[in-house]
Amino acid sequence: MTESTTPPPSPEIQAGSEDVTVPMGASTPEPGHQKAEQASRILEASRSFGITPEQYMLPAQQQIRMLDPEGNLISESEQGTGPGHEYPIPEDDVLLKAYEGLVAGRRINDQNYALVRQGRLAVYPSSHGQEACQVGAALGLGTQDWMFPTYRDTVSVITRGVDPLEVMVSFRGDWHCGYNPHDYKVSAMSTPLTTQLLHAVGVAHAAKLRGEDTVVLAMCGDGATSEGDFHEALNFAAVFEVPVVFFVQNNGYAISVPLSSQSAAPSLAHKAIGYGMAGEQVDGNDMVAVLATLRRAVHLARENSTPLLLEATTYRMQAHTNADDDTRYRDSEEVEQWKRKDPLKRMRTFLTNKGLLDEATEERISAKAEEIAASLRQAMTTEPKGDPLELFEHVYAEPTAQLHEQRDQLADELTRAEEGGHA
Amino acid sequence: MSATTATKSTTTSFASALNTAMSDAMENDPSVVVFGEDVGTLGGVFRITDGLTKRFGENRCFDTPLAESGIAGTAVGMAINGMRPVIEMQFDAFAYPSLEQIFSHIAKMANRTRGNVRLPIVIRIPYGGGVGGVEHHCDSSEAYYAHTPGLKVFTPATVADAYLMLREAIDSEDPVVFFEPKKLYWSKEAEDLSELRAEYESGTSSRRIGAEANAQIVREGTDVSIISYGPSVSTALKAAEATAEDGISAEVLDLRSIVPFDDAALQATVEKTGRAVVVAEAQGFASVASEITARIQERCFHSLSSPVLRVTGFDIPYPAPKLEEHHLPDVDRILDTLDELQWED
Repeated sequence: MTESTTPPPSPEIQAGSEDVTVPMGASTPEPGHQKAEQASRILEASRSFGITPEQYMLPAQQQIRMLDPEGNLISESEQGTGPGHEYPIPEDDVLLKAYEGLVAGRRINDQNYALVRQGRLAVYPSSHGQEACQVGAALGLGTQDWMFPTYRDTVSVITRGVDPLEVMVSFRGDWHCGYNPHDYKVSAMSTPLTTQLLHAVGVAHAAKLRGEDTVVLAMCGDGATSEGDFHEALNFAAVFEVPVVFFVQNNGYAISVPLSSQSAAPSLAHKAIGYGMAGEQVDGNDMVAVLATLRRAVHLARENSTPLLLEATTYRMQAHTNADDDTRYRDSEEVEQWKRKDPLKRMRTFLTNKGLLDEATEERISAKAEEIAASLRQAMTTEPKGDPLELFEHVYAEPTAQLHEQRDQLADELTRAEEGGHA
Repeated sequence: MSATTATKSTTTSFASALNTAMSDAMENDPSVVVFGEDVGTLGGVFRITDGLTKRFGENRCFDTPLAESGIAGTAVGMAINGMRPVIEMQFDAFAYPSLEQIFSHIAKMANRTRGNVRLPIVIRIPYGGGVGGVEHHCDSSEAYYAHTPGLKVFTPATVADAYLMLREAIDSEDPVVFFEPKKLYWSKEAEDLSELRAEYESGTSSRRIGAEANAQIVREGTDVSIISYGPSVSTALKAAEATAEDGISAEVLDLRSIVPFDDAALQATVEKTGRAVVVAEAQGFASVASEITARIQERCFHSLSSPVLRVTGFDIPYPAPKLEEHHLPDVDRILDTLDELQWED
């Protein structure tokens, strides 16, 4: 078991101390119902913050937010933080790096969106409007940690360091996954919803069995929380006490279906307590708050070997994909409202007010984003001819006799086509 | 069954062969972990994992929450992160909640990532009927998995194969769905586990499945080939014995591995005898038996003296225990089918 570095319970702790002595019923198990070691971990953690396990596991009274919609820093008393829900503002260099990620992320989204419209890209699920979540997810992790993204998390994957051109292989239609997940500790972007959350739990479990320090970030959207694997993943993670941060980007819609048709829970973060883990809600368009909450969640997961659930409220500004028509299910007024809460503009205002962003820095950051966009355009002008015979290569470590036969058949067809034998 | 078994003084059960295969693999390789429902303290509802937790500790063999997709899905992550999970599905039909994980990820991950992420997972599934099991406990579900590219599908019919094939499955870089005929769990044969261990660990076993599949002739004959696998092999052998009394010499082929598939062995036996009957418990429509029949027709057409016939379960949901005898292929139904092979010419 991982040693906890949280301070031991202290009798001096005042807040909620009465409740702390009577936790959850986990301390007095019925015969045959012992276990609940994770409950004691939660108990330990909550004690260290001087609050009850329930207060620790339930999200704070309001979602965590540091910046107002204009990007001005709001007073600490209005940030939603409190005992056990403390979120210090990250250091200047981290903030600046995040802004850099936001600018690049927005550029990547818009460039790819344009490439789809030009017919040069098969499909691109854009995260325009969700870039704060995208960037925060990548910057919250250490190099030894793993990320399990979905198909909409291109910007996260690129911010994590995966070569943009390798990421685009799948959207260009060349192969299903263009990068080696082991090279970056980023799994193949998952299309079947929430299935990857269980993979994340397994990676964390294997690391724990070997005594390695690995936190895993498991990403999904609001609609995906309706899937059975969401439940199974959170439950397994809590039961096995593995350091997984479940990061839900609640962008309001699962294609066309609004959150109100997915869940009747007070919030998605409230689901955490049902599994015996802590949940938190954050303003997903507030880069500072997203960074602060994700960094702390990763820290707590690492220190206590426990899972956590973080729900970021955000908005998908563009349609689900190029094949979708979002005017059929939401009105432009709603979209306009969210435009005013744009994460990029808010962060720019905040950093400018803070004196961290001058014109030269802004120029350097834009130039870097432009470079990525240019490389994406360049990649789309070349039409790489995949080798059709590779189709048989990776199905098994060693192709079966049947696959050898089928490979020969296709090779023969290709040869005849080249010779013009096939009209 | 084979000539070599006669010399063995020790008898071994199918269940203990499986159990020893797992413990030997765990002993040799610390990345092998066993998990599933009730596999820890209880040792599994069939006791196949009996003693593994006690011997290797709770980090190596452990119970999971009761959720099959969770078992299969976390196995994916474990395998991504360097482990070799051997997971147990408690019964054939209880594996269905895990099918999305198996079909969409376990089967496809290596291909999706161009071989960069291989998932050496073994999914053990007790399957088939003949044990008086109630609904959802007796399905022959092999066709679903065999139809899914990227999975290997093994099913042993002998005690020796229970050991050798499970060892090979655990060592495979590809995911293997390992079908254990539950009616064989308590069967015993004259086999010595230490000899089987030596055979496997020598690396030169002639019984390796490998990439070519390596189906085995378990009874030689000249007049007709009975092709079978898993729980039906023993029924096929009994039918072959019975038909010998009528002067018909039946050869019995035990496929052992459905994926990969041994076309060469299939072709050799059918070309030799000129007649073929395929026997399998599963319902026949769109089944593994259909596939075998099609392959015989494609490859051996000019050697055939009669149509290829199948003896399978009926196309019905698995019957209640008191009616299952009418559903399962038995010796009489195989003999009836053999009679239909246009012997008069």
